[in-house]
Amino acid sequence: MLEKNKINEIYKEEKMINCIVTGVGGQGTVLASKLIAQSAMNKGMKVRTSETIGMSQRGGGVVSHVRIGDEIHSPLINLNSADVIIGFEPAEAVRYLPYLKDEGTVIVANNPIKPVTDSLSEQNYNSDEMIAYLIDNVAHLFVLDAETVFAECGSIKVLNTALLGVTAASGVLGFSMEEMEKSIHEKVREKFIDMNIQALHFGAETYLRRKA
Amino acid sequence: MKMELLMGNQAIAMGAIRAGVGVVTGYPGTPSTEILETIAKKNPGNIYVEWSVNEKSALEVAAGAAYAGQRTMVTMKQVGMNVASDPLMSLAYIGVKGGMVIVVADDPGPISSQTEQDSRHFGIFAKLPVFDPSSPEEAYLMIGDAFEYSEKYNTPVLFRPTTRVCHAYATVQVDEACYQSNPEGFIKDSKWVIFPRLSYFNHIKIEERQPILSKDFSSYIYNSVIGTGKKGIATGGISYAYTREALSTLKSECKLFKVATPHPFPEELALEFLEGLEEVLVIEELDPVIEKELVYLCGKYNLKINIMGKLTKHIQNAGENTVDSVTQVIAKFLEIESPKPKEVMDLPSLPIRPPVLCAGCPHRASFYAVKKAMKGIKSVFSGDIGCYTLGNAKPLEMVDTCLCMGAGITIAQGLHRVEPNTINFAFVGDSTFFHTGIPGVINAVYNETDIVLIVLDNSTTAMTGNQPHPGTGRTMMGNVTEKIDISEVLKAVGVKHVVTINPFDLENAMKEVKIAAAFKGISAIVFKAPCIAVAPPSPLFFVDNAKCTGCKKCIKELGCPAIVKDGNKVKIDQALCYGCTLCENICPFHAIGGTDVGKK
Repeated sequence: MLEKNKINEIYKEEKMINCIVTGVGGQGTVLASKLIAQSAMNKGMKVRTSETIGMSQRGGGVVSHVRIGDEIHSPLINLNSADVIIGFEPAEAVRYLPYLKDEGTVIVANNPIKPVTDSLSEQNYNSDEMIAYLIDNVAHLFVLDAETVFAECGSIKVLNTALLGVTAASGVLGFSMEEMEKSIHEKVREKFIDMNIQALHFGAETYLRRKA
Repeated sequence: MKMELLMGNQAIAMGAIRAGVGVVTGYPGTPSTEILETIAKKNPGNIYVEWSVNEKSALEVAAGAAYAGQRTMVTMKQVGMNVASDPLMSLAYIGVKGGMVIVVADDPGPISSQTEQDSRHFGIFAKLPVFDPSSPEEAYLMIGDAFEYSEKYNTPVLFRPTTRVCHAYATVQVDEACYQSNPEGFIKDSKWVIFPRLSYFNHIKIEERQPILSKDFSSYIYNSVIGTGKKGIATGGISYAYTREALSTLKSECKLFKVATPHPFPEELALEFLEGLEEVLVIEELDPVIEKELVYLCGKYNLKINIMGKLTKHIQNAGENTVDSVTQVIAKFLEIESPKPKEVMDLPSLPIRPPVLCAGCPHRASFYAVKKAMKGIKSVFSGDIGCYTLGNAKPLEMVDTCLCMGAGITIAQGLHRVEPNTINFAFVGDSTFFHTGIPGVINAVYNETDIVLIVLDNSTTAMTGNQPHPGTGRTMMGNVTEKIDISEVLKAVGVKHVVTINPFDLENAMKEVKIAAAFKGISAIVFKAPCIAVAPPSPLFFVDNAKCTGCKKCIKELGCPAIVKDGNKVKIDQALCYGCTLCENICPFHAIGGTDVGKK
């Protein structure tokens, strides 16, 4: 009842950050979205996120919506409103492009994950086509070569923190490397912390080297 | 007080702990599962928590504890409420002493369910109060209110979040202090024994309580009316969040009615909302519950107000709302321009990713063994609820029917009565077998119906995230208990032919399927192999390029996500392979093997 009759408070204008993290079930998108959310909370910001849980986790496409700001109501992002899309897989990044703002950023790993349906049919999913489409349609695009993550970090399981390293270095979310590192220390199991921090730095260095 | 990022389901659990809950029961089901799991994880030590065998048992265990004065909570998904509806309807007449909250999670979409049923109707049907949270942080506090209302009116209450509240995360201010309850214990009294005469008198009391609750809810903090104007929007649950978001996007205002307790409907507050309005748009998911209440009030008080919503086709009947769909409908209602949609993107054709059985999943081997053994023989495969429903997909195509928990066993019997010359298989998972499968088996034994029962025993409740069940020998209190052996249960209820075999022993598995199919009367095979999520992976497999002819039999027959086309040949994705051996067994050219074969 406290809210009653405060006519002018139904909407407020304020700054917010909308980030979409997308990939295929099992790629570690949920941890990535948790690390972003934790970093925002550590700065005293309010967060809403939404995760894909349940049947579609079994090899299906998964997406996390991460929203940062004080006056956010919905856990889901509107079309045409995401500041950043972090794609763990080229086709999944393309799938969520309608959510991206006109001047938005896409950070994407180039490794395709072929669905079983693709192997069964004669149609071939071509990830190069997806990357080409992203190049043509995205204002700010960064493509991370997933093979190099595997080669340098020893496991493809840390693709998520490598992508976060790129994101942190690019500055699009406003979190520093130190802030991301702190979140990894808080949210990742002890024995996996070192490899995740290594991957974070690998992602950041790859970004900085490319931009240099 | 501290700020934590909590999933809606975690917030509900933490809120219940804060409210001093003492007994928590439930059965896993998306989107409700994490509530009970969080209770078990964050148990301060004084909470008894169990996965019950099914929702009916869960509700009854909790009711018993509430009779003894304990604060209790039951968790389930919407279809679980159907299973628990028998005790629910009667308990509504008996009532409780300790606060009892029945959390039933609805799934608009549906995203992971068989139905789009609206559990608010169960509140109306059983005449029980219903709470409908609109965000995780609200759920955290509202669950405590639900316990208080339950004790104030000595009635169980329903708490109905939806998927987008259950699986959303939000920053929640968490209280360190917990309410301390001291259950009085069970006091013998005839009021605990349901009889027709008692039900008659209690029915009168329940009807008398309805308007009192309605009045009480009109001043409940989470029911609210804000704004002014001649147009109003009535909404509740996650649709309230979407509405607020849409009004922000549209930079627009109108009168707004938030309904946190759809039953009994807060009539006084609703009349305050309707006062001076000409048009109302009702935004809700699933069924038009709020809408019908408002239409009813307009009739009752002779108000000339145009109520628009699902009944008038302004909102779609099926599927979930989104911020975008809500923004569009509100813009139209307020006669303002909706935000220009982004130029329609002409996206390239994207791969379709239906959910599939994991690489290494033992169900694939079981389905494959039955399929091969029954090749050319007229047979129908009845499936059930669980990961193994995914056996319906190509290339296995081994699920011909699927209805609800435990129904595969009995549907197979009905099919067989019409076509006795067909071999009728019923596939059931281990957790589903304990849930509602056993009575169906007894039915077949008793009525001498000749079906082949296949129990897919992967030693876990896999689809919902690997919960223990009576066959696993573990409880949510961390105890090791006796494992209930499914084959012994089958023998005990009179199944004369019962075989247990590992489905990855493909040749013998196929042989056993043929024997079971030929057996007169109900026969059963327990395919026993653990879910890859609970078993350590074996050595990975490789394709020997020199031997692979590119026939793609492995891809065409198994549909394993780890086997992919590689030019004219195939390769195994090492990130996905679990070394299950199934592909090695079926490769006609022996091109697939462990680390010794073709590793480069």
